[in-house]
Amino acid sequence: MFLINCPYCGERDQSEFSAGGEAHIERPKQPTELSDDQWAEFLFMRKNIKGIQYERWNHTHGCRKWFNMVRDTSNDKIHAVYKMGEKPPVK
Amino acid sequence: MKKYSIFALIKNAYTYHENWQKAWRDPEPKKEYDAIIIGGGGHGLATAFYLAKKHSMKNIAVVEKGWIGGGNTGRNTTIIRSNYLWDASAGLYDHALKIWEGLSQELNYNVMFSQRGVMNLAHNLQDVRDLKRRTHANRLNGIDAVWLNTNEVKKFCPIINTSPNIRYPVLGGTLQRRAGTARHDAVAWGYARGADAMGVDIIQNCEVKGIRRNGDRVEGIETTKGFIKTKKIGVVAAGHSSIIANMVDLKLPLESKPLQALVSEPVKPIIDTVVMSNAVHAYVSQSDKGELVIGAGTDAYISYTQRGSHDVVEGTLKAILELYPIFSRMKMLRQWGGIVDICPDASPIISKTHIKGLYFNCGWGTGGFKATPGSGDLFAHTIANDEPHKLNADFNINRFVSGDLVDEHGAAAVAH
Repeated sequence: MFLINCPYCGERDQSEFSAGGEAHIERPKQPTELSDDQWAEFLFMRKNIKGIQYERWNHTHGCRKWFNMVRDTSNDKIHAVYKMGEKPPVK
Repeated sequence: MKKYSIFALIKNAYTYHENWQKAWRDPEPKKEYDAIIIGGGGHGLATAFYLAKKHSMKNIAVVEKGWIGGGNTGRNTTIIRSNYLWDASAGLYDHALKIWEGLSQELNYNVMFSQRGVMNLAHNLQDVRDLKRRTHANRLNGIDAVWLNTNEVKKFCPIINTSPNIRYPVLGGTLQRRAGTARHDAVAWGYARGADAMGVDIIQNCEVKGIRRNGDRVEGIETTKGFIKTKKIGVVAAGHSSIIANMVDLKLPLESKPLQALVSEPVKPIIDTVVMSNAVHAYVSQSDKGELVIGAGTDAYISYTQRGSHDVVEGTLKAILELYPIFSRMKMLRQWGGIVDICPDASPIISKTHIKGLYFNCGWGTGGFKATPGSGDLFAHTIANDEPHKLNADFNINRFVSGDLVDEHGAAAVAH
């Protein structure tokens, strides 16, 4: 349980948000040319990091906008919040 | 190993129960083992037990970061059932249930397996259709399952509020009578004692730091107690499976999330079965001590904190209160979280990997406890023969590439 500083609305309770999982997984540019292995990698395989993770969130019960976040999954501390399309902060 | 019996109990009473044999040794790791199991939870200890018992591999170690049974084995709500929809899952979970039925005798350790029945409630028309379909599927697979209408639900568990005027009225439910609960700690301890008696080294407080490889095969593990050589590594690390996988640059289709449970103050017997409700996400049973054991949901985000969010507990308790108004004044005593590793299809992985000698047993998500004996048995078979048993052949890692998923999400009786 923690507070998230939505880049559009400000600080709100985590229960207002939905987690979208690992961020910066790009959809393949040429989907038709992908092998089954590459598809599996894109669709299912995740780093599932214990530590600093870059992830997507949506303010479902607020502005309903997507944004990115850097959070330590071992203690739920949020290190940075940044808008979609912005460059991810370096560790 | 000295056998537990009524005579042993009487004999030890004369010495004030101070001279019981230790249930397992506390050995230092040897230089080399034939197989090493990473993770000393129920599944890991069961794997070691069946490797020693059925595949005559005696030179085995179980390495555990903390203490045995201190992870999800000691944190779950102890529900055991096998009423899954798909054939592959039905085969897997009923295999486990059949072992549960004789487990206390097999281990000479009372795991308090109690077949008090598990009831799954339906709250809307789609629930009714899904659960009836599952009942039929179960019976075709030889698994006992019956459909109960609202009155029969009320008769089986009188404290449920079956009024048609509640937010999610009870329209019926399924019942598996062979299902029930067991004492979770006893399962870990029983398997540990049994495995230890056959020569398995259980090494606690020993964290795995790396896996040493030579080309495409494993050579051993780096631990906080030094390097241990082995040709076969079975990883049964639940929520931390991805961390072990990352050591060999293997990516798994897992996300680790906190799953919460809570218990109330102890009261006199009030509910003599297990009642689950997927739609409102509430399940409850009563422990032998008298506490209500309540399972809440998982958090929607990846976290390794073993805590979980308050809103999840709140949602579960709201549903419990509507279904059981009699519990409105109960006080909750303890709440905790366990880290569960969830696969996209909500089915486990019991599989070889592309690295020779490296095997993974993971992805049990929110419902691994019920499978403990079956999981150990089948994983031991997979490790010993380097080939899966026919019951776990469908639960390989490659299904995420081939698309042949065992899609139990929502199809099972499970609350996700």
